[in-house]
Amino acid sequence: MNGGLATAKPGTLFIAQLRRELTSTLRSLAEALNPLVFLFLAITLFALGAGGDPETLGAYAPAIIWVLVLLANQLSLEAMFRRDFEDGTLEQLLLLARPLFIPILAKVCAQWCVTGLAMTLLSPIAAMMLYLPLDALGVTMLTLLTGSPAITLIGAVGAALTVGLRRGGVLLALLVLPLFVPTLIFGAGAIMQAVAGMGTSAQIYWLMAISMLSLTIGPFAVQAALRISLEQ
Amino acid sequence: MSQFLLRLEHLSCTRDGRSLFGDLDLTLSQGECLELRGPNGSGKSTLLRAIAGLYPDIQGTISTSDCLYWGHRLGLNGLLTAEENLRWYQTLQPGTVDLAAALARVGMRGYERVPCHRMSAGQQRRIALARLLVCDSTLWLLDEPFTALDSQGQEMARQLIFEHVQRDGAVVCATHQPLALEGARLMDLAAGQNPGPASPEAIMALEKEVAKKEAEDHGVHER
Repeated sequence: MNGGLATAKPGTLFIAQLRRELTSTLRSLAEALNPLVFLFLAITLFALGAGGDPETLGAYAPAIIWVLVLLANQLSLEAMFRRDFEDGTLEQLLLLARPLFIPILAKVCAQWCVTGLAMTLLSPIAAMMLYLPLDALGVTMLTLLTGSPAITLIGAVGAALTVGLRRGGVLLALLVLPLFVPTLIFGAGAIMQAVAGMGTSAQIYWLMAISMLSLTIGPFAVQAALRISLEQ
Repeated sequence: MSQFLLRLEHLSCTRDGRSLFGDLDLTLSQGECLELRGPNGSGKSTLLRAIAGLYPDIQGTISTSDCLYWGHRLGLNGLLTAEENLRWYQTLQPGTVDLAAALARVGMRGYERVPCHRMSAGQQRRIALARLLVCDSTLWLLDEPFTALDSQGQEMARQLIFEHVQRDGAVVCATHQPLALEGARLMDLAAGQNPGPASPEAIMALEKEVAKKEAEDHGVHER
């Protein structure tokens, strides 16, 4: 039916959408940085709460880092489609973009840059604040780099499903936090193995596999979820 | 090339237990304009959303070519400038008209680099109207395009619709103001279904009834 519709090339569509997302993120930088500020604030609270005891903190550091990364991501997810939903650009995207998963992928990429990627780059500081042994820093970064795409992609599905609800925040958390469990287990597990001086490749491969699976299914699930949220 | 741009067959819609429209049939060809009228809540917006493909909960068949939906939510990102917003639409739905020319046409030249959230409601709607020019689409679905526009802006919007119809396009326009377009077809949705505003006497009678009922209820409780 859309035979007469002149469509842009997928590459052009992706770049146009990515540029649009990054521009509006830069213009509301304070909002975009909130998850990172939360992450470091919460890590500081843990450090203070443990009374600065390196032994206790170091033992729990892998779990603390990963749980806080999940929660910080969670904070930013709700806003992912909210603005576009409210100003009407989301419904225009749904009507005009062919194929729709390309701009969705661009949105996820932009979101990952300010959350997953930024957290990966800043994780050595977080690890040192929690007295994680220095030789586990590399593995910490690697787990976050390979695991965070899955978090953003799975989270995007939940965000797309709840965008039409007025107070979707808690529901979103209940929907997606259980789905983060495998990523959490392998992510924190790999760092613990590294601290104990054992090999971590199995966990890293698992994280990559989860991210790849999310990448292949995620955009289409987001697409279907957006239709449910918008067609009313 | 299809003969019609839009065809509705036996279209009916029920929303929240109320029938909005039933057994609607319509064929719209090139160079035709349909003016959708009707009181608030009569289903004008729902019909437009259904045609655009944003409201699947509807019976009947809708056949349409590519269309441009212009809804209550304008689809402008407030953080981005007029130019950035329109460029994005050009990527999604390419057109031939130059962006600067389109902005000049809607009276917004010089606002290219102004973020949309800094503009007034009317100015934002003018930017949204510029989108009609920069994107090529034969069928326009416009939901109350004259809201928040000054008289000059309304005249300009009317002119845009007129020229689009002249260029063998087609327009479906939901509006409360008369379109005053020669040859425009008129469709009145749910004419006579809406009871309309109640008269002062009817409101007083209603209040009396409520008061009486409350008094009765109160009496029951006391006993």
